[in-house]
Amino acid sequence: MSPLQISWKSLKSKPLSSGLNILLIAFGTGILTILLLASRQIGDKLTQNSKDIDLVVGAKGSPLQLILSSIYYMDNPTGNIPLEDAQRLSRSPFVKRAVPLAMGDNYKGFRIIGTDSNYIALYQLKNASGQFWKKDFEVSIGASVAEQQQLKIGDTFLGAHGLTENTHVHDHHAYKVTGILQKQGNVTDNLILTNIASVWKMHEEPQHDHADENEHEHAEEEPAGNREITSLLIQYRSPMSVVMFPRMVNSATQLQAASPAMESTRLFSLIGVGIDTLQWFAFLIMLIAAVSVFVNLYNSLKERQYDLAIMRTLGASRIKLFRIVIEEGLLLTLTGTIAGILLGHIAVELIGSGQESSQARLSGLVFLKEEIYLFAAGLAIGIFAAIIPAWQAYRADIAAILAKN
Amino acid sequence: MQQMISIKALAHAYNQDKKINFDDWQVSKGEQWLLLGNSGSGKSTLLHILTGILSPSTGQVEINETEIYQLKPRELDRFRALHIGIVFQRPHLIKSLTIQENLLMAQSFAGLPENRNRIQEVLESLAISASSHQYPSTLSQGQLQRASIARAVINKPALLIADEPTSSLDDQNAGTVLRLLKEQTELNQSTLVIATHDQRIKEAFTHTYTL
Repeated sequence: MSPLQISWKSLKSKPLSSGLNILLIAFGTGILTILLLASRQIGDKLTQNSKDIDLVVGAKGSPLQLILSSIYYMDNPTGNIPLEDAQRLSRSPFVKRAVPLAMGDNYKGFRIIGTDSNYIALYQLKNASGQFWKKDFEVSIGASVAEQQQLKIGDTFLGAHGLTENTHVHDHHAYKVTGILQKQGNVTDNLILTNIASVWKMHEEPQHDHADENEHEHAEEEPAGNREITSLLIQYRSPMSVVMFPRMVNSATQLQAASPAMESTRLFSLIGVGIDTLQWFAFLIMLIAAVSVFVNLYNSLKERQYDLAIMRTLGASRIKLFRIVIEEGLLLTLTGTIAGILLGHIAVELIGSGQESSQARLSGLVFLKEEIYLFAAGLAIGIFAAIIPAWQAYRADIAAILAKN
Repeated sequence: MQQMISIKALAHAYNQDKKINFDDWQVSKGEQWLLLGNSGSGKSTLLHILTGILSPSTGQVEINETEIYQLKPRELDRFRALHIGIVFQRPHLIKSLTIQENLLMAQSFAGLPENRNRIQEVLESLAISASSHQYPSTLSQGQLQRASIARAVINKPALLIADEPTSSLDDQNAGTVLRLLKEQTELNQSTLVIATHDQRIKEAFTHTYTL
């Protein structure tokens, strides 16, 4: 019968107060776990998806909306931009790579993106099977699209207008799957990629279609004319471009340049207010839990003074009594901390499974090394709450306690 | 004969005004003694001194030929666990532990390995082995008192000390407890000292020390 077993038995004999303390700690830790997992995963996804993209050029409007729609595919685009303007910017000496994007359709909620081979190079995409699109209406689909929609090479499907499900179906052209991409762990897993011409033709009147449309090559080979695209992803050629290029776009054209880094930071600072508030709320709960554990142990010690004196007469040293009380505090807080972390993970997994936007889906199956700090916090609270009662147990005058009884 | 208890020039001061002096006292191994005195006479104080939980102001205390107040605190704790068993007026077992766990705890505090056979043997000798897995709250007063005797003798102490073990019991139960204490003492070849003001048990002892 070790001190730890004695502590555990003591807690088990008071299920109500022990349970309440564990619940309080679990609640606080759970909120902190959710915040930790969510902010880290959102941050990682933002970074991962915008990696190597220095600037997004699109129609004037909200720069954040432009970033969200063109990098994270989470919002509606701000509008369209003339292809001619986009091509002119692509040829700028400041630009190393320019990736055109044309959107407007979806298949069962998965966005269909018209682009060119630069997109493949930008995200370093590789095929798991099949090949990249070559002709109009051929598509390469992301790993999650293939998995969730059970699509395989050679399958055809009809796109629907708009960026969400249950909209008008373009039934005059079918897309054909020619390639399934390797899982990238980024936004491309949830995209359907084709050439820009396919997107344009999908929105033309059916009678304007050419009978031999499949013979057509990529859009960039066609004259720009009045064609439009949604946006342009830019990689700079040199650090000097950072200063010059966005200013040039915003002042000398009708277009808007938005920096993913800047907008992500702005987005995080907006979300950050809520995260901070919740964090303080969780800290407050943890503090209340610590006080509650202290009160529980302190009151229990008063009731158990005679028990502890009896233990001393049986040969328990002062340090053993100190350990019994400290371990009671630690057992309470560590049980609460472990329960809280598990609950936090379960909650994040449930939140993730209920998320509509597959691009930012959270996972509760991710474990972060920072969670060790939550354990450390649990330990610290346990020791903090138990140290005074434990010291009193250590200092107890057993002869006086026995005489009083 | 070897000495189990030896006190010399022992005194304890509760404060500047109140001090109690104890006559010198020698108890040989295997003897059974009654420590008599009225309430407030200093019985409990002497028992606390003998068990090493109250340091006397002056004097010398030897238990089992060891001058206990010369020991370091950790050594004194271990000495108490291995050589002295104490039975209190009220059984006061740890409520969150079963009877068997209370006894396992006593073995553990003495630094002895868990010996469930010994526990079974002691509980059987006290006729409460059927209650070994029960919690104290489910037992009768008589069973609790037997369990507290079991806890006191589990480590086969050389000295068994009982503080008013019969005071709150009726004649029949007082007789039973006294019999059990004597039996256990003989079984373990221990020395017994019972502190009491209960005149009913006076005739059962040939040795008395009066305060």
